[in-house]
Amino acid sequence: MLTYTLRRLLLAIPTLLLISLVIFFMVDLAPGSPMSEIPLTVPPEVRLKMMAAMGADQPVVVRYILWLRQFFWVEPATLFDSWFGTGWAAGEQRILSWQTRSPVFSMIGERLPQTMTVIGTAYLVGILIALPIGIYSAYRQYSWFDQAGTAFAMIGFSVPTFFTGTLFIIIFAVWLGWFPTKYDTTLSVTDWDSFVKQLRQMALPVMTLGLANAAAISRYMRSSMLDNMGMDYVRTARAKGLPERTVVLKHVLRNSLIPVVTVIALGIPSIFGGAIITENLFGVNGIGAALILAIHASDLPTVQTLAFIFAVLIVLFNLIADILYGLLDPRIRYD
Amino acid sequence: MTDAVTNARAATAPAESQLKAIWSQFRTHKGALFGLIVLAILVLFVVIGPLVWHPEVMKVSDALKVKNQSPSWRFPLGTDQLGRDMLARMINAGKVSLAVGFIAMLIAIFVGTTIGVLAGFYKRLDGPLMRLTDMFLALPLIPLLLVLMMLFQQKVASYLGPELGAFVLIVFAIGITSWMQAARIVRGEVLALKEREYVLAARSIGTAPRRIILRHILPNVISPVMVAATLGIAEAIITESVLSFLGLGFPPDFPTWGRLLNEGQQYMQLYPERVVWPGIAISLTVLSVNYIGDGLRDALDPRIRGR
Repeated sequence: MLTYTLRRLLLAIPTLLLISLVIFFMVDLAPGSPMSEIPLTVPPEVRLKMMAAMGADQPVVVRYILWLRQFFWVEPATLFDSWFGTGWAAGEQRILSWQTRSPVFSMIGERLPQTMTVIGTAYLVGILIALPIGIYSAYRQYSWFDQAGTAFAMIGFSVPTFFTGTLFIIIFAVWLGWFPTKYDTTLSVTDWDSFVKQLRQMALPVMTLGLANAAAISRYMRSSMLDNMGMDYVRTARAKGLPERTVVLKHVLRNSLIPVVTVIALGIPSIFGGAIITENLFGVNGIGAALILAIHASDLPTVQTLAFIFAVLIVLFNLIADILYGLLDPRIRYD
Repeated sequence: MTDAVTNARAATAPAESQLKAIWSQFRTHKGALFGLIVLAILVLFVVIGPLVWHPEVMKVSDALKVKNQSPSWRFPLGTDQLGRDMLARMINAGKVSLAVGFIAMLIAIFVGTTIGVLAGFYKRLDGPLMRLTDMFLALPLIPLLLVLMMLFQQKVASYLGPELGAFVLIVFAIGITSWMQAARIVRGEVLALKEREYVLAARSIGTAPRRIILRHILPNVISPVMVAATLGIAEAIITESVLSFLGLGFPPDFPTWGRLLNEGQQYMQLYPERVVWPGIAISLTVLSVNYIGDGLRDALDPRIRGR
């Protein structure tokens, strides 16, 4: 298992390098990048100074390696320093945003909590809705509940989150007035009232994302339960006279959860991508909204860094899913 | 015994009856039938729509007088903030949305099938091509597409014009970032198919690899490819509308359903129908296409069809 994990970690390095190469060069060499958009009326010497100030006068390979070094060494070291008070990254150049002139990672650090509270809660809610639906639809296959669950999942798959989100805003915020339309990021939870306020403003984005996630996960749960229901060990458990509850919720559920857990792990990076839409729709001041802002402002370092972080998340969670699968299912041994 | 007889008859029957068998299996899937009808209505709406519905040609000053109208006989779906007829805009937007979905799917399927067949058939290419597929699967698609739009939109537009430029760029970008599923499915099928006796027989009489692929392999991977293609349309339409919804897709005077949703969002509190119509159109299209894919999967699978 350990060798497998190590091998997968080593294999992830070239993949990540290749992706970073694609992201960096695509953004950097594109015709629309700000390097090419300095107006022609700017005199050449000023132009050179502007390029130098942005660090854009270096050859692209140098900039790429510098960026990699900043991403993989300087930024983690800075984080380490701020935690333990060491001085490893002292005097090193960090990745700076062209919009704000501040380090990209401190901006991400400021925005991550908002993303995590909204997206994390949404994913949790999605899982909590999906698992019971999946279990019960499999247990009563082809019942009206199962049919309704299938229809729910199909609609959840098909209706894009930007439309469910807009519908929720119209129905619950504009017509019924139960929840605010926009998420107020400046709200800090200090007492009960502000906590309730926080819950109310989180309701719509969480519902939007949670439903979309629940649709997919409930289907996986159902089919995994169905696979296990017909197994011999289930018949044995019933023959022993175990109560139905124990059979379904202990024997079948435990085994069916194995593939579902990996699917849940695999889904985590993609919800960050989906969060871009939800964050923009509800005005959540998270990293998805930061990406859109940076794109509209042609802020290349931020765009490159954020896109690469998304890629790292995907690779990381793929790895985690594979390892989890091996850990949870004793039949699977990678060595 | 009767099973074996019917199976044998099905196998020797002419191609027409096979199509019939597929159709009769497809018909039993209620969702798929519903999807087919809805999709047909939507396509008719988009294709026949401009022939039947001629919006009034107005001067800008006149148009501004009838802005933000609610539905009436003159404007069945009302007008938008510039006095443009919403029905005509929905028809035009639908044409673009459906075309984007369809063409992007064609590109994705073409690339995916090619890579899948090459990887499955030639052992040498399998490793590198599958690593490439894995890499594409690890790319963060929505952020990447957004960045692509930002960087290349103006450049492509300056060559091809804003409308065609946006169309080509979006279709191409979606196409080359969504072929991976098809490639994986096709590779798996080809790996199994190339060990079959008839491929061995073809090889032993000296058939060229190209001909084996075209004549024996490709016809046998058509069913999974068709299912992947149907689902691919749905995905492409959603991706395009996400881009347009975030304001990085088609220009405002060349709308798609996603773009209309984006525009309607500013007026959502006063005129919710302006968001609801395009939203319903996108959702219905995707829903029906997904159901058709489901039905096709069952109908094209001979193991299910026989029963």
